[in-house]
Amino acid sequence: MNRRDFFKKSLQAGLLAGTTLTFGNYKELLAFSKHLPPSPFDLAAIKGGEPDVMFDKAIASLGGMKAFVKKGQTVVVKPNIGWAVSPERGGNTNPLLINRIVKHCFEAGAKDVYVFDHTCDDWKRCYSNSGIERAAKDAGAKVVSGASEGYYQNISVGSGKVMKDAKVHELILECDVFINVPVLKSHGSAELTIGMKNLMGIVWDRRFWHRNDLHQCIADFASFRKPDLTIVDAYYVMKKNGPRGVSLEDVVTMKSQIIGKDIVAVDTAAARLFGADPKEIDYIKIAEEMKLGTTDLSKLSINRIIM
Amino acid sequence: MNPVHYKKIRIIVSLLFFILALVVFLDITNTVQVSISPWLVYLQFIPSLLKFLSVPELAAAGFIIILLFTFLFGRVYCSSVCPLGTLQDIFSFIPKRLNKKKYYKKLKNYKILRYLILSATVVSFLTGNLILLDILDPFSNTGKILANIFRPLVLLLNNLIAFTFEKLNIYTFYPVDIKAFSLAMIAVSSLILITVGVMSFSKGRLFCNTICPVGTFLGIFSKFSLVQIAVNKNTCNSCNLCEKVCKSGCIDKKAKAIDFERCVDCYNCFSVCPSEGITFTKYFSNDKINKVKETDLKKRQFISKTFSYVLSLTGLSLAQVKVIPKKKSTVPVLKKNTVSPPGSLSLSNFTGQCTACHLCVSSCPAQVLQPALWEYGFTGILQPYMDYSASYCTFECVVCGDICPTGAILPTGAENKKLLQIGKTTFVKENCIVETEKTECGACAEHCPTKAVKMIPYKNLHLPEIKNEYCVGCGACEHACPTIPYKAIYVEGNPVHLVAKKPPTEKIKGEIDLKSDFPF
Repeated sequence: MNRRDFFKKSLQAGLLAGTTLTFGNYKELLAFSKHLPPSPFDLAAIKGGEPDVMFDKAIASLGGMKAFVKKGQTVVVKPNIGWAVSPERGGNTNPLLINRIVKHCFEAGAKDVYVFDHTCDDWKRCYSNSGIERAAKDAGAKVVSGASEGYYQNISVGSGKVMKDAKVHELILECDVFINVPVLKSHGSAELTIGMKNLMGIVWDRRFWHRNDLHQCIADFASFRKPDLTIVDAYYVMKKNGPRGVSLEDVVTMKSQIIGKDIVAVDTAAARLFGADPKEIDYIKIAEEMKLGTTDLSKLSINRIIM
Repeated sequence: MNPVHYKKIRIIVSLLFFILALVVFLDITNTVQVSISPWLVYLQFIPSLLKFLSVPELAAAGFIIILLFTFLFGRVYCSSVCPLGTLQDIFSFIPKRLNKKKYYKKLKNYKILRYLILSATVVSFLTGNLILLDILDPFSNTGKILANIFRPLVLLLNNLIAFTFEKLNIYTFYPVDIKAFSLAMIAVSSLILITVGVMSFSKGRLFCNTICPVGTFLGIFSKFSLVQIAVNKNTCNSCNLCEKVCKSGCIDKKAKAIDFERCVDCYNCFSVCPSEGITFTKYFSNDKINKVKETDLKKRQFISKTFSYVLSLTGLSLAQVKVIPKKKSTVPVLKKNTVSPPGSLSLSNFTGQCTACHLCVSSCPAQVLQPALWEYGFTGILQPYMDYSASYCTFECVVCGDICPTGAILPTGAENKKLLQIGKTTFVKENCIVETEKTECGACAEHCPTKAVKMIPYKNLHLPEIKNEYCVGCGACEHACPTIPYKAIYVEGNPVHLVAKKPPTEKIKGEIDLKSDFPF
């Protein structure tokens, strides 16, 4: 526990004790007066629209952003900003989508929204070329560097088979809500990169993953901090030469999006959307064996929207 | 104009250049460097001269302006433009501030030493060896001091600020990690700083009149300058104030003469002279008050040139091949050629043009350009190389070519750069994770911008396959490769840079039916 954590925790504990003593039933005090009906859907899939408009519809069918972000909470929106390429290349998450997600978070009452990624290419060029820095800032988010080891704290991965510990960006450890926003694309070594693979961008040492069975590490790390929501951007989809891509010729405009809480289910659906067999992707298989989620989409209630 | 103002103008101009140097070398955000560095480097003598020799155009003709000025008024470069000169002035200012009684004294004329160093530098340059310029050029030395000593300090300060603000939940400032830390570079730069510092602390511009080859070279011209500073024997009242403020120690109070060859045009003498005893004189005028006894220069130059020629022929200068000895663990990486930056055309062109000012090192956003120790061999000591252990070259970036003041790295243009092959990839299967651990990896292929490295099926897994015709030598694969201690994939430098083939592109087939059902 560092000093800040200590202050934070003490303050929280103090407040909690104070309110409990004063008001007794503090739960009622803090609860929302208006209770939203729970969404009947586990997963939403949508296609045919622009990234921001699709998100509006998809998130509404999951109960709106209020179902995930409560008033005064801090949120991390974690896109894939791995490469210094333009949005049309499909190498990074769509900036329009990020902009809209951040707006929804603030509308739901978020105190702060942070956006970062531990990029592969030079981070400043990635942030600007992807259009995400501008889009996120325009929506009021704080865009933070992921390129300094100083931001990363040691954590242990409890149920990891190979990966027992890692250094994770402090914002992930401190935030109330973690929204994972991967882009769907082909990947030379992991077959596909979707939700679970995107979590590699909140960790400092990626070489460890590559050295120690990449697929097992992806699954292991997915057990550390499951995102509260995973939003797969499948607007521009890089079908080959991923994850960086060589040219626009690698990209197909699929105008799709998949949203859900269960990261394994979301990855499974996205893999199908891509045209791949999720059973052939090792980390999805391992993740299900580790009981991190389900690949059996028939068990879920899915809202399929075609615009 | 009142002669008192000469000094003020000199101080203002010199501070402007010095502040420019500080900003250009210490801009840790890499935002203004490329746009403002031309203002700093255009008039820097050695960088401009070298650039002009490789690209003879007006944009590189700053040194001609300097030569012209020197021929007209003397070594104004030394006191106004040269940032190392200003740095020395700052050092010599300190003792004068601490103790008002401190003053400069007349200095010995180290003619032999000075010409020896100059001739050695010229000869080594003519034989394509820039080692002496690398350690002697005043602009490049300022660069080394700023880039290797002060830049890390600014970075540390910045990081301290960033992490302090971060505790307050403010992320406006961001920390910058130092990707390669070279104690040797700090040591070399400190040595230069200490040498310059100690010499100037007590003896003013002694460095400029002994060691600095640019000072000596310009001195040859200033000796015959049209307008020279001189002592007017008629009005001089022998108060000796001028000698006490002369940074070059070139005023002889007894002879009432100024050795204008060593004068750096600081105009301190004008500002203290109470009797208009310091005056401008024309070289071709009849009263050649400044003329000092000519020595047998030619004989000396002949001796010194012979000496330095022998020195440069010792063969030390031609070692350009680096070999890492075999070690016991897995397969060691045997790099034959160091990778030189994109735009440098060839190893020999680069090492023959670079004065190691470390401007590219300071402005490389990826921090892949790092000063070499022995990577280029003896000739390339201190010159920057592509250090793929620190980082890799950003595919779209062309900063180093745009900023290089000497023409060692030429501007390439964004599109050309993407096809510029500075090296080729070598794959060592025996070191590869896929082979040794029998698991997927593919970090190299992930990072490759041209897919010169691609994963192909191999025993239920995927193994990198290399197509070097598409390789640009950016080092992304080498940097990303996770094997320890030797990499399974590395870039071998091209001694002469080549052009890669444009990677083949093929449009993905099949229209997407946006109205069809989801496949789940």
